[in-house]
Amino acid sequence: MPEHTFRVNGEQVTVDVADDVRLLWVLRDILGITGPKYGCGINVCKACTSHLNSTAVNPCAIPVSDLEPTDEVTTIEGLPATVGQELHPMQQAWLDHDVAQCGYCQPGQIMAAVALVRRIAAEGRAITDADLDGLRNICRCGTYFRIREAIKAGARNM
Amino acid sequence: MTGTNGERVGRRRFLGYVLAAPTLVTAAEFGLAPVAASAPAPASGAQLPSPDITDVIDLNDMMTLAALPTSGLISVEVNQDGTVSFALPRAEVGQGITTSTAMLIAEELSVPLDRVRVTLADARLELVFNQLTGGSNTTFATYTPIRVAAAIARRRLLDAAATELGSAVTDLTLDTGVITDRSGRSVDIGALAEKAASTRNQQVPVELTARANFTVIGKPHNRIDALAAVTGRKKFAMDLDVPDAKPTMVCRAPTINGTVRSVANLGEVRAMPGVTDVVVISTGVAVRAETFGQCVDGVRALRVTWKPGTAEGKSDDIVLRELERAELPLGLPSPMPTVEAKFTFFFRGNSALEPNCAVADVRADRAEIWSSLKSPIVAKQTLAAKLGLPPSRVTVHVVEGGGSFGRKLFFDAALEAAEVSQKVGRPVKLMWHRADDSRQGRTHPMATSRVRASYLGDTVLGYHQRHTSVATDLGHGLGEIITATAAQLPVGDIGFSETFFQLSQTMSYNFGISTRLLSETDKGFNTGSMRNVYSPDVTCARELIVDQLAARMGKNPYRFRRDFLRDERSRAVLDKVAEVGQWGRAMPAGTAQGIAFHAEYKAVSAALIEIDCRPETVNRPIRDGVTGPRVTKVVFAVDVGLAVNPRGLEAQMMGCISDGIALALTSSLHLRDGYFLEASWDNYFYTRQWNTPPDLQIIVMPSTSENPGGAGELGVAASMAAVACAYGRATGTMPTSFPINHGTLSFTPKPTVPPIPPSPTDGLEHAR
Ligand code: FES
Ligand code: FES
Repeated sequence: MPEHTFRVNGEQVTVDVADDVRLLWVLRDILGITGPKYGCGINVCKACTSHLNSTAVNPCAIPVSDLEPTDEVTTIEGLPATVGQELHPMQQAWLDHDVAQCGYCQPGQIMAAVALVRRIAAEGRAITDADLDGLRNICRCGTYFRIREAIKAGARNM
Repeated sequence: MTGTNGERVGRRRFLGYVLAAPTLVTAAEFGLAPVAASAPAPASGAQLPSPDITDVIDLNDMMTLAALPTSGLISVEVNQDGTVSFALPRAEVGQGITTSTAMLIAEELSVPLDRVRVTLADARLELVFNQLTGGSNTTFATYTPIRVAAAIARRRLLDAAATELGSAVTDLTLDTGVITDRSGRSVDIGALAEKAASTRNQQVPVELTARANFTVIGKPHNRIDALAAVTGRKKFAMDLDVPDAKPTMVCRAPTINGTVRSVANLGEVRAMPGVTDVVVISTGVAVRAETFGQCVDGVRALRVTWKPGTAEGKSDDIVLRELERAELPLGLPSPMPTVEAKFTFFFRGNSALEPNCAVADVRADRAEIWSSLKSPIVAKQTLAAKLGLPPSRVTVHVVEGGGSFGRKLFFDAALEAAEVSQKVGRPVKLMWHRADDSRQGRTHPMATSRVRASYLGDTVLGYHQRHTSVATDLGHGLGEIITATAAQLPVGDIGFSETFFQLSQTMSYNFGISTRLLSETDKGFNTGSMRNVYSPDVTCARELIVDQLAARMGKNPYRFRRDFLRDERSRAVLDKVAEVGQWGRAMPAGTAQGIAFHAEYKAVSAALIEIDCRPETVNRPIRDGVTGPRVTKVVFAVDVGLAVNPRGLEAQMMGCISDGIALALTSSLHLRDGYFLEASWDNYFYTRQWNTPPDLQIIVMPSTSENPGGAGELGVAASMAAVACAYGRATGTMPTSFPINHGTLSFTPKPTVPPIPPSPTDGLEHAR
């Protein structure tokens, strides 16, 4: 079987799996990294949102063969290390606002929020209600309002 | 005898147990119920009273009553590391009951919240009716027994410390898990865990902390599982590492509940990369593989001929006609002036974000199952019967769930996982694809509600509601509870759906003679009791009629409700939202306020909604999403009697509001030719960020009771109703069909063969 090499949460990994297996299953079923969740498998629910070289991606829609050895995949498990802390400021904001209910969507929500705040910061402007309206992650527990509050707070500390 | 706050101390005295164990274990009987809340105050003013069965008994009372004859104990264990363990015989699915449970223990035991470890108990057959998570009953039913067990532990620890420190118990204080005597010498409870243990079971009396002295209960606390949730460490069923439990998915029929006639290419699919097993099961063809991705490919490659399902050829229109035929008469028309209307509520999906899933390891002589289960005892009994094993050989672990909304009262995935594991002789990790979950999963049944109210001058003479629904499947344990207790209830000989209906609905207004009846038809659908069950639809219909009555009497909707509500507690929440939400403020054309009230689970709630129905808002562009009217503001007031964790209660109301908005405006399933068109979240329009109110205020009213009411579902009804009322006022037309956008299909339906969509390959192009 073909080998695929890339980086996950700061470590080089090599997996032996067919080219077209999507990254989500390589992470979850082969590497045992279960923070990214399955909610649809077709890139619409965003529960699996993770980062690829610091931008938000959905691993359920990425064949593992698309990855290069230098590509850095960051899942929720690796997010704190990107800022060298126990918790990323966005995770702390999530705790402060007691956002999570069942928690199933929240790893994806946090990863999407961090990427959004970075993108807005790169554009040199403050986050708006319209930016928040543009987030597509589903929360079936309906925690959207606290998510909005937490993102605004987390952005201030990023 | 009267306590400091005027309460009889006798009401706080209970019997519990110290159990024989190496470290301190204390226990209480589950049936220990708080004294039932008193009936509402008698009707006031000139309005005609509406006596209601729920004044005497409601669903919560019935579930608590059902528990009385059983003697299953729940126990609190003090560990040597100073932590306290408790296995909660309920399912945590996001509602925050592990946190509120930890708070009860922290209160009575004087330990910090972070020293309390709450896990979910495996299925315990001896608990009989007592391990069902539903009807928002958890806190109500567990409030007293958990505190009793914790309070006994506290007493035992103080006794042990007295011996240890050579002090009188009265000279000791227990604070944050440490016992200190007058001279300042101290000992941690962990060091006393063994010394306080008992070598025999003994019954002991204990007195609970008075409400006035609470330091934990009633104060806002963050969730104890929040850190695990935000770090990705929280483990759901599909995250468990059960040896050799490999990913498994099922190829399902193109129509609801269709079954396999034949498979043309079993061998071919068995040879696909990563695939280990392909077997025909009662619900389809199961594919077990190294990864779920390879299961998806295997399922898509199968060529199956199907037998018809249980809703063959049916579409929305056909079911609507069935409902019409099943409608019960409203009685003779009143000679007085009336308002009358009929409302339609289409099928809605109750999928959680975590799809149906379970891990199963079935061997010849035993089985072990892991799944998020709200009725694990019924699951265990059913699994044992299906597998041909004695129940004692079936272990059922309750895993924390990624949402429920009624879905996890059932155990469809656990049954399938067990069947597949038995057939292939190996452990499986079985998950439904989202398309399965959406098209073959449980739904909230389609229903209609016909309402007639008659009035004269300023008096409402009568209110009659006939709710007609596709049958709701209650066969998950709640049904057994109702069957077992219905005979003792003053409702006559009616089925358990009707009993459930009667007990969960209340007439909150002085509307004279009031009747409500449920009629069910068509058992061909996979249904379940979605969050708040009948109440959102029933209340939505009622509140819209209330607005009509108000208009006829020339009163505004707030004033009218205020005049007709039956008690002070109800008026208080209504007044609160009117005041905080500035009821009646001037608003631009095309926007409006709506107000609604709902009482259930010994709680009362009111919602004030502002909605924007102007074309520029309704038609704002969102890719693959439904925009529609925007709820711009929500003010919600709730009184659950005693709120154990106000922050958790606010969270539940926030979720309920998201649900209410979706039910009124955007979310439904379209039935066409025996299947639902919706196959994923880009078809089923649950509330999203672009539908979320930017302004949301939730007010938890000061405690009005010694006992907590239910909270997990309470807020859906008033939210949905207030959105509907606001929409009617903004557009000038009362909506009668829900959700309001059901008539417009906002997506291209995905194929039904293969039953699940391909996995996309263009993820990198969408990196942001
Ligand atoms: S599972 Fe990847 S977006 Fe839904
Ligand atoms: S917290 Fe449950 S889906 Fe978001």
